[in-house]
Amino acid sequence: MSALLRAPLALLVIAYQSAFLALSQIWANKLRSILTTFGIIIGVAAVTAVVAALSGLKKSVLTEFETFGTNKIFIFPRSPENEGRRRNWADDKIRFKPEDFEGMLEHCPSIARFTRICSYNGTLQKGRVTDQNVEVTGIEPAWHQIESRTVVMGRPFTLIDNEHARPVCIINDKAQAKLRLGRDPIGDSILINGRRFVVVGLLESRTDASMFIGRETSSEVFVPFNTSRLTPRMPLICIAATKSPEFTDEAKAELTFFMRKKRHLRVSDENNFGVDAVEQFVREFNTVATAMTMVAAGIVGISLLVGGVGIMNIMLVSVSERTREIGLRKAVGARPSAILFQFLIEATILCLMGGLVGLIVGQGLTTAMASIPQAKLDKAYIPGWAVALSFGFSAAVGLIFGMFPAIKAARLDPIDALRHE
Amino acid sequence: MVIRIRDITKVYRVGVEQIRALDGVSVDVDRNEYVAVMGTSGSGKSTLMNILGCLDRPSSGTYELDGRLTTRMGAAALANVRNERIGFVFQSFELMPRLTALRNVELPMIYSPSGWWGRTKRAREALTTVGLADRMSHRPNQLSGGQKQRVAIARALVNRPAILLADEPTGNLDSRTSDEILALFEELHRGGQTIIMVTHEADVARHARRIIRMRDGRIVSDLPSGQDAASLAARAGVISTSTPDLTAADAKPQAAGVGA
Repeated sequence: MSALLRAPLALLVIAYQSAFLALSQIWANKLRSILTTFGIIIGVAAVTAVVAALSGLKKSVLTEFETFGTNKIFIFPRSPENEGRRRNWADDKIRFKPEDFEGMLEHCPSIARFTRICSYNGTLQKGRVTDQNVEVTGIEPAWHQIESRTVVMGRPFTLIDNEHARPVCIINDKAQAKLRLGRDPIGDSILINGRRFVVVGLLESRTDASMFIGRETSSEVFVPFNTSRLTPRMPLICIAATKSPEFTDEAKAELTFFMRKKRHLRVSDENNFGVDAVEQFVREFNTVATAMTMVAAGIVGISLLVGGVGIMNIMLVSVSERTREIGLRKAVGARPSAILFQFLIEATILCLMGGLVGLIVGQGLTTAMASIPQAKLDKAYIPGWAVALSFGFSAAVGLIFGMFPAIKAARLDPIDALRHE
Repeated sequence: MVIRIRDITKVYRVGVEQIRALDGVSVDVDRNEYVAVMGTSGSGKSTLMNILGCLDRPSSGTYELDGRLTTRMGAAALANVRNERIGFVFQSFELMPRLTALRNVELPMIYSPSGWWGRTKRAREALTTVGLADRMSHRPNQLSGGQKQRVAIARALVNRPAILLADEPTGNLDSRTSDEILALFEELHRGGQTIIMVTHEADVARHARRIIRMRDGRIVSDLPSGQDAASLAARAGVISTSTPDLTAADAKPQAAGVGA
């Protein structure tokens, strides 16, 4: 065997031997090993549970964003921030006029379509049945595409409905039930704030965008935008859809420029409107989630530190208990590096086993979390990188905190060690 | 020569005081010699043993083992020397309590890459040599004192060392078991093994062919056991219990060996 091969082979042999030795040591001191690795177990269990919860939360939130539409941009009136007195958004100067958005598609090439929206509270009535405090929303035909909500029965709004401000409405199945309309409500007429409207379409209630809309269980009524404008001075906003989510930044810039021009703002004037993209919320949520992960990581770091001190302590005890063994090993020809290696591997295996138990506990916590229905963590899962990270950290703790006891063992004088009682 | 020691000193510092544990010791040991080192505690015999075993380095002087100068070697190189050329037998056996006899004997070979393959086979052979073929899977607590020392001897022999160093090998054994162990040494000696044994018992030392006596860190006598006064006295006193093959017949080869 060549000399070049000998060194790595010797290392492998010792690694293999040390691993077996470490396992038998850990097995022989079961209770002690479990108590020692408690810090590691708790640390790893905590990090995996927190990461799993965050991952699950992220997943469900992103899913909600997706249903909500990631290519949507909201344009809404907002008083400039540096004005001393915050103005009401219905204030004449601040609020939008319907004609503010004319020509948007020509001037903003990243925008595919938009709808103005005007909503107010109303009371629905059908015969003697009333449904109070219902949000009545004036929409344009493009709304159906932007929100990807088409009618399940009847027809969506047409341009003619809008242009002629026709007294027609689309209701959702909740309103249908509340007003005790028949299975086919198309053609029925209902009263909205005392005015007569004909139901032309039926929408399904949206269930999964609960986080933002939060009224999935309530009635919804939609009327053509111009019809809703018949009630004067109702505030309105605009929702635009970009051609694709990648164009969000361009679209926002285009919209800001367009709106400033439309509202005759001078260079020194601040925006008296807001342009917010859903995609931006996603980004903000991601930032928050990352920050939470960092905080969790910090806490886990502390618990791993404590665990590491425990490991160091027990390894020092182990070195002193096995001084004679170390002396004998040295006498029969163990190099200092072999002794060092043996104790390092023992500490590392101890930590890795703690990490494994921690992962199992973490998985248990995750399963428990997922089964709590109110917690909205049913999508909680431990991502692969968290598993790798847990083992990586455990091994690192073993190596770092095992180093000092291992060096101590490797430096023992064989004669003193053999004489040790 | 297996061992060539020239003018070795070992100085310990205790506080401000210097203690010369060895004070100019020179000794040669030839292949297949059977040497006993005798002396009271504090005579320096243990220090000499440690230096011979490469567990310790002398303060000055040179030590050649098997033609290699060990005095300037580092810790790792000394470990290799101990692994390949020296077999230790201790008074208190020093077996690993959790390992079987076989695994205990394998221990030196796990630290030598060349011995790794086939270590079990060699450990079996060594255990058979010391007469423990039927105790290989026993743990130390299932073995008698004599059997434990046999396992330790098998462990010392398994890497075919140049010298076998025994430190009070019978110190923890009753007289009958001691005789068994000494008979085993005798057998190994006949098989060509170089043996160096440290003891303070004249009764044990007389089994060797050559007796080195130490006092205050110096060698005071170095004689064939047939000429060593104390061991002769011991032999005369306990002649009935000694092994029959160790009497007058041995005198001739020893005399020749020392003269060389």
